[in-house]
Amino acid sequence: MGWAIALHGGAGDIPLNLPPERREPREAALRHCLDIGVAALKHKKSPLDVVELVVRELENHPHFNAGKGSVLTSDGTVEMEACIMDGRTKKCGAVSGLTTVVNAISLARLVMEKTPHIYLAFDGAEAFAREQGVETTDKSHFVTSENIERLKQAKEANRVQIDYTQPIPKEPTKETTVAGGDSQIGTVGCVAVDNQGNLATATSTGGLVNKMVGRIGDTPIIGAGTYANSLCAVSATGKGESIMRATVARDVAALMEYKGLSLVEAAAYVVGECAPKGTAGLVAVSAKGEVTMQFNTTGMFRACATEDGYSEIAIWPSV
Amino acid sequence: MGGWAIAVHGGAGVDPNLPVERQEAAKQLLTRCLNIGVSALRSSLPAIDVVELVVRELEADPFFNSGRGSALTTKGTVEMEASIMDGPGRRCGAVSGVTTVKSPVSLARLVMEKSPHSYLAFSGAEEFARQQGVETVDNEYFITEDNVGMLKLAKEANTILFDYRIPTHGLDTCSAAVDSPLVMNGLPISVYAPETVGCAVVDSKGRCAAATSTGGLMNKMTGRIGDSPLIGAGTYACELCGVSCTGEGEAIIRGTLAREVAAVMEYKGFGLQQAVDYVVKERLDQGKAGLIAVSKDGEVAFGYNCVGMFRGCATEDGFMEVGIWE
Repeated sequence: MGWAIALHGGAGDIPLNLPPERREPREAALRHCLDIGVAALKHKKSPLDVVELVVRELENHPHFNAGKGSVLTSDGTVEMEACIMDGRTKKCGAVSGLTTVVNAISLARLVMEKTPHIYLAFDGAEAFAREQGVETTDKSHFVTSENIERLKQAKEANRVQIDYTQPIPKEPTKETTVAGGDSQIGTVGCVAVDNQGNLATATSTGGLVNKMVGRIGDTPIIGAGTYANSLCAVSATGKGESIMRATVARDVAALMEYKGLSLVEAAAYVVGECAPKGTAGLVAVSAKGEVTMQFNTTGMFRACATEDGYSEIAIWPSV
Repeated sequence: MGGWAIAVHGGAGVDPNLPVERQEAAKQLLTRCLNIGVSALRSSLPAIDVVELVVRELEADPFFNSGRGSALTTKGTVEMEASIMDGPGRRCGAVSGVTTVKSPVSLARLVMEKSPHSYLAFSGAEEFARQQGVETVDNEYFITEDNVGMLKLAKEANTILFDYRIPTHGLDTCSAAVDSPLVMNGLPISVYAPETVGCAVVDSKGRCAAATSTGGLMNKMTGRIGDSPLIGAGTYACELCGVSCTGEGEAIIRGTLAREVAAVMEYKGFGLQQAVDYVVKERLDQGKAGLIAVSKDGEVAFGYNCVGMFRGCATEDGFMEVGIWE
C-alpha cells in the first residue's frame, strides 16, 4: 500500500521513427507533469486534486491534444471535452464542446461540485463557465499552426471518409488513420491513488482531427474514457468510437469486481480482448497502490511512479 | 433459442395517486407501441429496426417525455437526446441537444450508420440532421401546455426537478393534494409528469438491440446531458442482451447501469433476470431508476427500485404484459 500515479498523453500509431523534435518535448512534458503529481501526492493532496492539477498542466502543454494544442474540427475550430471522477464517492463531472475555457478539466470538476448535473455541453457549458468565473480566453489561444497543417492534411487524405454525404464504405464505423502518424494522438489523462487507497481519474481531449462539429468521443463519458470506484481508477485513450462501445474504463473495474482479476490482468483483458487491436490504451491504478499502463496501439505517451520508488516514462512497448 | 422478445418503457418512478384515466392512457399507448413492435418482429425485421420503430412511435406521442411532450429547459425550450445500439458488432449512435428533429432516435441511428462518429450534439447534430434530410419541425412542436405549466411550478419551487419529482404543494392539476409520503432526494414525488422512453428487442435470430429517448429533466440547465444518450449508462446492447434504463440520470451514469447488466452476465455468468435484479440492488446507490432488458435467448426482464414503472413486454410464445405497479 502506497500512493501511485500514472498519466498519459495519448495512444495510437506513433511512428517508431518519430523525430526527436517531436518526441523530446513530449517526454519532457510527461516528466514535468509526473514530478508535479508526485510532489502533490507527497504533500498529501487528495487524488482528486492531484489528477486535476496534472491534467491542467497537460492541457497547458501545446504538444498534447487537449487545451492549448487541441486538434481542429472540420470547420477549423476547437471543441474540447473532459471528465473527472472520484473513486470513493463515485461523484463525477464532464464537459463537451468547450471553445474558450482554458482548462476544461477544472470546469468538469465544477460541474461535479457546483451543479445538480454530471454533464454539461456546448453553449450551456460555456455559460456555466462564465457563471463560475473560470479563466476563459480567445478561441485562437488553443489553435496551433501545427494543428492547422494537420487539418489540411486530414482533409486531403480523408476527404471521402469525412464527407458522409458520399456513399460510405462497408464498415461504416471504421475510422481512417491520417497520414502523418501521430496526428490523431494526444488525449491526456491521469489516475492517482493515495496511501489511504483513495482513487481518482481525469481525462481531457480536443478529440479527432477533422472531426465533425458537435462530435463527442469517449473522453467525457463515464465508463468509456474515464472511470473510478473504490477498486481502481482508469483513464483511456485511442479511437473514441471503439472505446465507447467497449466501455473500456468501466470494464477494467468490472473485471476486478466480478471476476476477481488483478488490476494488471483486468487491464490486459480489456486491451487485449475487448477493444479492437490498434484502438486503445489506458493507464490505471488500484486501491492497493498498483499501477499499469497498457495499449494495443503502436505506442502510448505515458509515465508513472509509485511510493516505493518505481518510475517509468515511455512511448513504445517496454523491452 | 427462445425466439423474439420485446420490452418497452415510458419511465420509472410513478405517482401512486396517478389518476386512473392517466394510467389507462399510459397502458393504451404502451400496448399500441408493443403491438407495432410485435408485428414488426413477426415480419422478421431485425432488432435494430424494431427498437427504432417503437421509440419513434413513443416520441411522436406527447404522453411521455421524449420527442413531442419533452420536458423543458430552464429557458422553456426543448433539448432532446437519444441513443441506439445494435448488439451485433456493438455499433452505436447517439445525439444530444437536438431542438428541431422530429425523431431523435432516428437521427441517432443515422449517426451510427452515416457518420464516422458515434455521438453528435447540439448545433453539430442539427447540422447533420439537415444534411441527412430528416424531418424537422419548429421547436414549438415539442412543447405541450402540460409541460409549460410544469416548468412554471418547477421555477416557483426554484429547483431543478426530475420530471417525476414535482413538488406536491401548489400542484392543483393532479392528485397531489393527497398527502404523499414518498420522497426522492428530499422532494416529494408526484408523477403527473411524463418520462423517458425506451425499447429493448431480441429478434428470432438472437440479435439484440436497445434504444432510449428523452427530453431530460424539467427545468434543466441548457446543455445538460443525462444518461439516455450515453452508451453503457442509459442504453447498451451486445451479443448477450439489450438494455434501456430510465430514472435519475446521474445515478444511472455513475452506475454505468445498462452496461452493468451485460457485464454481470458476461463476467459473473448470471442469467438475465438475476443480472437485472443484481444491478438494480447493487449499482444504484441512493438513486431511483428502472430498466428493461432482453437476452439473446428470448428472455425478457425488468427491474426498478422506485414506486412504479410504465412498461410492457411480449415474447414469441404468446406472453404479453403491460403494467405500472408491482
